[in-house]
Amino acid sequence: MASNPYFPLAVLFVAALGFGLAPLGLAWLWARVFSPAKPNAVKNAIYECGLESRGDAWVQFRSAYYLYAIIFLIFDVEAIFLLPFAVVFTGLGAGACLAMLVFVLLLAEGLAWAWAKGVLAWA
Amino acid sequence: MGSGIGAAMAVKPDLKIELGKQGVFVTTISDLYNWGRKNSVWPMQFGLACCAIEMIATTMARYDLARFGAEVFRPSPRQADLMIISGTVTKKMAPQVVRLYNQMAEPKYVIAMGACAISGGPFKQGYNVLKGIDRYIPVDVHIPGCPPRPEALIHAFMTLQAKIDEQPLTGSERPRHLDAEAQGEFPIPVQGAHDLEPPVNRLVWPLPAPAVIGTDAENCG
Repeated sequence: MASNPYFPLAVLFVAALGFGLAPLGLAWLWARVFSPAKPNAVKNAIYECGLESRGDAWVQFRSAYYLYAIIFLIFDVEAIFLLPFAVVFTGLGAGACLAMLVFVLLLAEGLAWAWAKGVLAWA
Repeated sequence: MGSGIGAAMAVKPDLKIELGKQGVFVTTISDLYNWGRKNSVWPMQFGLACCAIEMIATTMARYDLARFGAEVFRPSPRQADLMIISGTVTKKMAPQVVRLYNQMAEPKYVIAMGACAISGGPFKQGYNVLKGIDRYIPVDVHIPGCPPRPEALIHAFMTLQAKIDEQPLTGSERPRHLDAEAQGEFPIPVQGAHDLEPPVNRLVWPLPAPAVIGTDAENCG
């Protein structure tokens, strides 16, 4: 066991783990044993810059924004792809051009779908 | 053991020097613990008036409060243990200040910065100004001045560090967070018909205070 060339490595590994975990354990122990928690309603209230919190921290927001974000992301990536494509456009073969055309058409279809669904109209 | 571990079992200075010459460093748990505490005081990112500008200047490159371990001004009271009352506390703002103090992590300390925070300052006669935040929460260090220069805030911070360093871990003088009986909640004043109610927190303000009703010019000290 101790003659194994990897044994010192294992010892070092355990020591490294202990070096990180021991202070954490000590801090946890200290908090549990010596530092009594003193919770109260004010202390546990939602942080509202000192103002009295109304309601709870769970707020509803429009999930429609999610669609906006997704569509933005997709067309953002499309624009990033189109830039290098435009730069080397004259040196590309027909295959690359066709691939790009398919890519753009797929996205255009997505845009048409979103438009038809009324996603772009923020009501 | 009222004087605590640190005082009762402190290493004699000359012995410490003698051992230091031999390359041996001795300390006590309480010294080590307080050394860690005093050099990791995190102020709350919170300012009230002109003094806040001086406080901000203190944190920036020329004065650099980071040298004292107060690098991180936390934007949430959950992660802060020092409240620097930097500026005029109006009666409208006082409840918010006390609520934030209540929400801070133990052990918490307060520096009242500038004339307004300690007494109302030049606005003391104003009907809307609280005549010192120490009427509601315990203040550890008061800084006079209008406004105090960044050096004054640094001096106050060093004073606070010295105070933390002298706290024993046991006995009646031990820091609040080690004391299960220590008060954890300070009553938040509410806006009454004429004034804040209660006008003072009797647990931290033993001096005369205005009555709840009417004017407070004659007896508010």
